[in-house]
Amino acid sequence: MKIFVCLKHVPDTAINIKVVGINGYEDSELKFIPNPYDEYAIEEAVSIVEKQGGEVVLVTVGKEAAQATIRGAMAMGADRAILVKTDSQFLDSSLTAKALKAAIESDGLPDMIFTGKGSVDTEGFQTQYRLAHALGMPIVNEVSVLTLEGEKILAQRETGSGEKQVIETQLPCMIGATKGLNEPRYPKFPAIMKAKKKQIKEIDLSELGIDTSKGQVAIEKLEAVPERSGAKMLEGSVDEQMTELVRILKEDEKVL
Amino acid sequence: MDQIKIKTGVLIEIENGAVKETSLGVMTAAAGQDIYALILGRDASAVNAPSVNAPSVNAPSVKDKLAEYGAGTIVSISGAEDLSAYPDLQALALASAVKEYNFETLLGTASATGRDIFARLAAILDAPLVSDCVEINIEEKIVKKSHFSGKTMATLKANGSIFLCTIRPNSIEPVAAATAGQLVEFTADTQSTGLIKIVETKKATKGLLDLTEAPIVITGGRAIKAAENYGMLETCAQKLGAAVGASRAAVDAGFAPHSMQVGQTGKTVSPKLYIACGVSGAVQHYAGMKTSKVIVAINEDKDAPIFSKCDYGIVGDIFDVVPVLTEKL
Ligand SMILES: Cc1cc2nc3c(=O)[nH]c(=O)nc-3n(C[C@H](O)[C@H](O)[C@H](O)COP(=O)(O)OP(=O)(O)OC[C@H]3O[C@@H](n4cnc5c(N)ncnc54)[C@H](O)[C@@H]3O)c2cc1C
Repeated sequence: MKIFVCLKHVPDTAINIKVVGINGYEDSELKFIPNPYDEYAIEEAVSIVEKQGGEVVLVTVGKEAAQATIRGAMAMGADRAILVKTDSQFLDSSLTAKALKAAIESDGLPDMIFTGKGSVDTEGFQTQYRLAHALGMPIVNEVSVLTLEGEKILAQRETGSGEKQVIETQLPCMIGATKGLNEPRYPKFPAIMKAKKKQIKEIDLSELGIDTSKGQVAIEKLEAVPERSGAKMLEGSVDEQMTELVRILKEDEKVL
Repeated sequence: MDQIKIKTGVLIEIENGAVKETSLGVMTAAAGQDIYALILGRDASAVNAPSVNAPSVNAPSVKDKLAEYGAGTIVSISGAEDLSAYPDLQALALASAVKEYNFETLLGTASATGRDIFARLAAILDAPLVSDCVEINIEEKIVKKSHFSGKTMATLKANGSIFLCTIRPNSIEPVAAATAGQLVEFTADTQSTGLIKIVETKKATKGLLDLTEAPIVITGGRAIKAAENYGMLETCAQKLGAAVGASRAAVDAGFAPHSMQVGQTGKTVSPKLYIACGVSGAVQHYAGMKTSKVIVAINEDKDAPIFSKCDYGIVGDIFDVVPVLTEKL
């Protein structure tokens, strides 16, 4: 089984984002992490290969700095990686999908491709679908339970109000992972040391013949969202506080 | 002079035979444009009868509701075969309607289903898509949406002849704008066979409201102490018309299923009112609910971080406070 995992290098979600200029953010000092959903994708791919044999290849489209994120992720058990380098902080998802496709095709088509269900930075929820369509592969996203029976795949996804769908498809296919699929492993020291020797092949986005001027969506402005400051603390007995709260919600806020 | 109206398709979601409130909000987002309400076969059929292909949009309620909220044309879309079990064929059917009617804009709800079908459609049409928008200017093809878990707001502009967009539930309040509402039928060209098939649908055990779409959410954190104590929140939720959520600590402790988790690794919710009961207010939790209009927190620790991130704070034990709140509603 040859499995690709698309991995995105994203700012740590616990850290503040400082906007610079009109549509960028300060990223040189910022701590980056693997996109949290992609960790479920890596874990699933690695555990399938551990059982069935084969290899797991990570593929990232991102800045040179993504090297560090890839190294960390390789310690989870991926065999090698491809980094498609770009200087852009926000590469349009149609271009990202084209870059992923070109990188994957040049390496040889896999049996499966895993991604996270979405990325926590731009929250676009579409790159994996564009990639699947371009490769002619079926895709199921937001998968929390996965069963492989030979060529047959059963993937369970949640559709709201706790309702779940079980979807059947065939290899080769793409799966977008979400929480519940597995518990991503915490790499131990020997795995971290071993990962240092694994190969990361670098390709420049410009080498792939993708016209980056043809983006479909451009980011015009990025603004910090002001934080709430100072709650109104209610006073009095529980009874008085609840009477006041209900009044506020009805009359002042008009949300009841 | 009249402004030129833009041909805008709105994908309607139907639940238990009625148009979802969130879909009406999406129609309001397109107010003033030439609105086509699109219903996929699967949607209009009875919820537990996935084999019924012909949508029952003749039922006055659905059609009238859509007309009341601005749909000049209501298109019931069916395929050559039953679409209900094939998400990829649903997207193909929608793509075929887009070509037939030459829509310039296509809007939907950023629900689990809406997000999935719009991403499939964007790939088929090779068209720009922005997911989970909170504001939209259809003429300019400009939208606003959250980046970095709500820490920043991004303004995006789409290029191209068609623009796809899903709208975050509850971000646009539905406003009636009555039209005559003409019903037409369209049979989509979906010759290919589905590559993925829904073989089973597991209904939720309780008939709870969808967290991401509910206008009000009440959440219990680790302080809830046991799964059965969610009953206290459910009673309150019933009076409020709210959905019940949980923090990750409560999910990890086994008090609630992951489908109830709010936050960075759970659901993002954006209700009018969010009531956090015994939640400390970690950044990862906040990321999933910070765009709520009004946030109320109940916590026994007056120094809990949630009190610096909410609008109204109550210092107290949730087991004392929540029942009184329920009683006052
Ligand atoms: C990568 C990552 C992703 C994460 N994703 C999420 C996520 O999606 N969602 C999420 O919620 N968390 C997430 N977390 C976890 C998050 O950091 C917190 O640990 C979690 O939100 C804490 O849950 P809590 O507030 O219920 O529990 P606690 O932090 O333990 O807080 C419980 C609160 O209840 C109060 N309390 C206790 N008893 C009572 C009582 N009887 N009455 C009133 N108040 C009481 C306490 O004062 C305390 O403030 C994530 C963490 C990481 C590292």
